[in-house]
Amino acid sequence: MSSADYKIKSYCHIRDGKVSKNGEVLFSDSSEEFSAFIKATYKHFETDYSKFFKMDNLSKLAFMGAEVLLRDTDEKNIALILSNRASSLDTDRKHQAAISKQSGAFASPAVFVYTLPNICMGEISIRHELYSENSFFIFAEFKPHLLSDYANDLLETEKANEVLCGWVDYDKGKYDAFLYVIAKKGLLPLDTGELTKLYRTK
Amino acid sequence: MNSVYLSHNNIISAYGFDSAAAVSSIKNEVSGLSLVDDSKILPNPFYSSLIPQGSLSEAFEKLNPKEAYTRLEQILLVSLADTIKKSGIELSDRVGLIVSTTKGNIDVLEDDSPFNEERAYLNELGKKIENFFGFKNEAIVLSNACVSGVLALAVAKRFIHQKRYDHVFVVAGDLVSKFILTGFNSFQALSETPCRPYCKTRAGINIGEVGCSVLVTADNTNLVDESVRIIGEASCNDANHISGPSRTGEGLYRSIVSAMNQAEIEADAIDYISAHGTATNYNDEMEAIAFNRANLQHTPLNSLKGYFGHTLGASGLLETIIGMYSLHSNTLFASLGFQELGVSKPLHIIKKTTAKESSIFLKTASGFGGCNTAAIFQKVNS
Repeated sequence: MSSADYKIKSYCHIRDGKVSKNGEVLFSDSSEEFSAFIKATYKHFETDYSKFFKMDNLSKLAFMGAEVLLRDTDEKNIALILSNRASSLDTDRKHQAAISKQSGAFASPAVFVYTLPNICMGEISIRHELYSENSFFIFAEFKPHLLSDYANDLLETEKANEVLCGWVDYDKGKYDAFLYVIAKKGLLPLDTGELTKLYRTK
Repeated sequence: MNSVYLSHNNIISAYGFDSAAAVSSIKNEVSGLSLVDDSKILPNPFYSSLIPQGSLSEAFEKLNPKEAYTRLEQILLVSLADTIKKSGIELSDRVGLIVSTTKGNIDVLEDDSPFNEERAYLNELGKKIENFFGFKNEAIVLSNACVSGVLALAVAKRFIHQKRYDHVFVVAGDLVSKFILTGFNSFQALSETPCRPYCKTRAGINIGEVGCSVLVTADNTNLVDESVRIIGEASCNDANHISGPSRTGEGLYRSIVSAMNQAEIEADAIDYISAHGTATNYNDEMEAIAFNRANLQHTPLNSLKGYFGHTLGASGLLETIIGMYSLHSNTLFASLGFQELGVSKPLHIIKKTTAKESSIFLKTASGFGGCNTAAIFQKVNS
């Protein structure tokens, strides 16, 4: 199967107080704070998963995006290729604030473990039982052509049957998630122009 | 599919400023770890291997920098400058750059840092390196916990296969910082003595720092004596826990099997394993289970953490480069610090540096987030 044949199976946006799937708004909430918004999102989708409340903001954002796209799928060989600009800086700043006092005596393992951007993929893997490829890239902005190259290679070499790709960024209270599933069958052609257009859709 | 090779390389470490300096010390079983007393990092002294700042500044000035660079940037630039120069490759639009790091310039978050907080963004680090050398393509920063360094090689290979690039320079590094040391200390994971991977008396990790770089290329006319071909690579998540390794070694086992399938080899074709071996109780135990499940319990194995400590986002690349020299010199390097097996399954730990004809080695790494990577390399010049 050549890369030209792969499709965008489904996609999801979480931004500006709204959660949408395939362009259709599924949930919106007027909470100003991310923490209230993402909790309301969790409740709306009737997500019964207590570990959610221990996660950092980046993981909560990525987790809910994956929830919208993967909750009804039986496929288990789904690779994860996520990217963002701010890495885990939101949590890094919390760890830094804790260690700035008294020789690091206040460092917390529950915070420190989230000072890596790939932890959110670990959370998704645990939730959906995915023993699959994970890669987390940092870019100045969404780079669909590079994510598609990488996804194509995993699909062509049969390392994955589907790939959950996208952008998941949380920084200084601002959040932006655009996730999509690449598969052999789907809604739209896998194309950089198409992905750029979808990403920018409000 | 076309072959992809690892070629020109460099290691900046406590041992010196090229790969040969590190390899010759390792061959002589000399550790790069020493007791560091720096209360700005931790209140109590700790074992680490550090790059000497004086030599670093001296080497960096030779590159004629036009602006101020952070310590990590200096390390990465000095390493990559050597690798690029030796390769003789012109940085055209067919040449990619991958930067592997877990925390990058995280030390700029400290109050007394002369650098702006913006410098902590990893794409800023990528941009500094890209612009310094004039790469035509934007740096790809990979931040995937402790598997980053070896995963970066798989990523480079995959972009070459997709014809995005003909050559990719991979550079990797992380600093020994208060941020990292206090974090691992909060997990009670730091050893008060030089680490002893897989040993009964192991008591945790040491954190060390290196910068290293390698040319990944499809061009078999620009290889070096120690070059290897990447014949298989895979990453699998444990899907179990974000900070604790799987009790069944699930993700590591699956990664090894998948990499062996891609390489079309059986376990007995592997001459040597360069394992992760951080010397924490849980990690080493998990690895022993995974290697036994993959039928690799009789294959000679070492962890290089007793030489460098755990160098985080650089470790996978660092240990792959050392593995290249191990194959080339047909020498198995001792797993420093090991005395008596302290895991529940048998492993063949290399106790003394010994001569052995070798052509294929397996590199593995595991990290927070449940990530695991395995990559298999074959000697080119036998």
